[in-house]
Amino acid sequence: MSTFDNPFDPRNRLSGCFCGQHRSQIEHDRMAEPALQRGPVESEEKRYEGVIASAVLRAMFPKDVGRRVFLQSLGASAALAAIAHVFPLHTVTEVFAEGAPLEKPDLKIGFIPITCATPIIMAHPIGFYSKQGLNVEVIKTAGWAVIRDKTLNKEYDAAHMLSPMPLAITLGAGSTPIPYTMPAVENINGQAITLAIKHKEKRDPKQWKGFKFAVPFDYSMHNYLLRYYVAEHGLDPDTDIQIRAVPPPEMVANLRAENIDGFLGPDPFNQRAVYDGVGFIHLLSKELWDGHPCCAFAASKEFVAGSPNTYAALLKAIINATAYAAKPENRKEIAAAIAPANYLNQPQIVLEQILTGTYADGLGNIKTDPKRIDFDPFPWESFAVWILTQMKRWGQIKNEVDYQTIARQVFLATDTAKLMQEVGLTPPATTTKTFVVMGKPFDPAKPDDYVNSFAIRKA
Amino acid sequence: MAASLALRSAVLSVALFAGFILVWHLATNTHQTVQAMDPEYAKLMGMTVTQGKSAMPGPLDVATKIWDHLKDPFYDRGSNDKGLGIQLAYSIARVMVGYLIAVAVAIPVGFLIGMSPLLSRALDPFIQILKPISPLAWMPLALYTIKDSSLSAIFVIFICSLWPTLINTAFGVASVRREWLNVARTLEVGVFRRAFTIILPAAAPTILTGMRISIGIAWLVIVAAEMLVGGTGIGYFVWNEWNNLSITNVIAAILVIGVVGMAFDQILARLTRLVTFPE
Repeated sequence: MSTFDNPFDPRNRLSGCFCGQHRSQIEHDRMAEPALQRGPVESEEKRYEGVIASAVLRAMFPKDVGRRVFLQSLGASAALAAIAHVFPLHTVTEVFAEGAPLEKPDLKIGFIPITCATPIIMAHPIGFYSKQGLNVEVIKTAGWAVIRDKTLNKEYDAAHMLSPMPLAITLGAGSTPIPYTMPAVENINGQAITLAIKHKEKRDPKQWKGFKFAVPFDYSMHNYLLRYYVAEHGLDPDTDIQIRAVPPPEMVANLRAENIDGFLGPDPFNQRAVYDGVGFIHLLSKELWDGHPCCAFAASKEFVAGSPNTYAALLKAIINATAYAAKPENRKEIAAAIAPANYLNQPQIVLEQILTGTYADGLGNIKTDPKRIDFDPFPWESFAVWILTQMKRWGQIKNEVDYQTIARQVFLATDTAKLMQEVGLTPPATTTKTFVVMGKPFDPAKPDDYVNSFAIRKA
Repeated sequence: MAASLALRSAVLSVALFAGFILVWHLATNTHQTVQAMDPEYAKLMGMTVTQGKSAMPGPLDVATKIWDHLKDPFYDRGSNDKGLGIQLAYSIARVMVGYLIAVAVAIPVGFLIGMSPLLSRALDPFIQILKPISPLAWMPLALYTIKDSSLSAIFVIFICSLWPTLINTAFGVASVRREWLNVARTLEVGVFRRAFTIILPAAAPTILTGMRISIGIAWLVIVAAEMLVGGTGIGYFVWNEWNNLSITNVIAAILVIGVVGMAFDQILARLTRLVTFPE
């Protein structure tokens, strides 16, 4: 279920779809939309209550079955009362919403100009930062390595990163090991495989032998998803195709120059390739794994520890912005807000197609998928475990990995838990969910079996 | 005859320019045939697809764009969107700081090397190795050790523009005419007086030639450095417009970079002429 759903509804599962017939809650909702209208969360207060209550419930009942039994036997309102008896839910929500005096109201946040950064960017023009009393400067940055260095140099208080980056940095894969943290996921879905127009007949990956592909970074969901996808179709991504790390804006230029045959990259550059007539969208990353994480919001550990109130206010602003961006009716306004040169510097019509999910595919069709990109901040540990399995699978990490410990350190235990402790909550003991990638279920409890189950792998 | 040569070269320059613009205009003015498409679909697509417009902008597009920038060079619409004038000011300020530090280091060290054959031989291998390193290779190291992106950019300008001035100073100092130094020795002139009244004026033209090469390099480096660290400056402007795949703005910026580089070069050329003496 989404972080913004009602956790006291016994029919809702905290993970996956509750009726068990659909691969995910999102898909279930789409099928059952009219029958199961879930009320939109109107006020911020209510939303905080929901977020905090979700966390408490997850902490109390790591297994869905237990929670459902508890809720069904008591009823939602009695359950709420029972929990409120143990946890001061209302006070905690108030504390979370009001916050304490800010230690450092002037902040700098770095971002890469792609639609994944939408919550971080739009919080500035639409005013989510100022509502928390923060004076945030959002600074456009040239690349992932630079954003990492500037965060380490404390030039940025927080930054937009690819979700595998904090894991890779913590492990010391591709850099010196530095404990890194990731308090929130920014977006889910929102990537695509774009191919050059000349390949419009070659829609089957089996015909892609010898193709050159671009991904934004070695440690990115893009790299892992592309590798996963071609491997499922029998190609070895290390020998049968070439994968290069190319900065996203150069992807379109390279596609035009025929230096690459395609890319699995972030938007707006998939839609931009279509807009400029050089490529077509082969498939959305959502079709590989619906609800996959992509980019993340990362903050330096020192900042978190040194200015906890500012950090809480900042995370609140991000949670609010993410919730705002999750609503389809706000998407057009957001596209207009982030299109100018100060933010993404892209034609507004391109961003509208991405955010509303009604888009030209580059082959003359108009497609509609409102969940093409979606926003959900909760950093599930099982996301981290999956990413680690792929790092292991493709030889980015050679040694034995303690999947669960690292996932907990980076995705949850440090930052989110700290914030929760600060508002008087016990951090959840486990926060995992199962999901399905290209029809294959992933069990976060058995990562090694998962890695070994693939025929094509490096390790 | 001299006047007519100047006139003829000017005419040739203008003709070359006009020819270049004409070829550019013709090359980009092609309208490819457009396939008929659904108007709903066309609304979602760019001009290249819907009107068959060339992806490369023509000279008129660039001229209009430059005019737009010149009309309003100092606007400030937030931390990532500032006018071309402000971006240039940032770049020039960075270049001046890095370059002046480089000159302040290069001239004294060059003097020492030029005056002492021992130092000259001892330092030569280091200079030869450090001299050809590209600014982009220094950047990650600078970012990692200095831990400040604007200081890193200045450091990279410093380290790259140091060498031409240093080498030219050393060469100029070492090749001061023996007779002059011998005269000074006969007159028992002190070390400092010898350095400032004989060697410095004699070596000045060579030193300034070195400084002229250095400022050219500093200006080359700033664009690369700012593309990498981002934030402000003309290099960032190029990168930001590249992000938007706006070739028109990139060409406009290239022209501006060229003009500013030429201005720097001309200033140093004037200074060189001031200190040149007839032998």
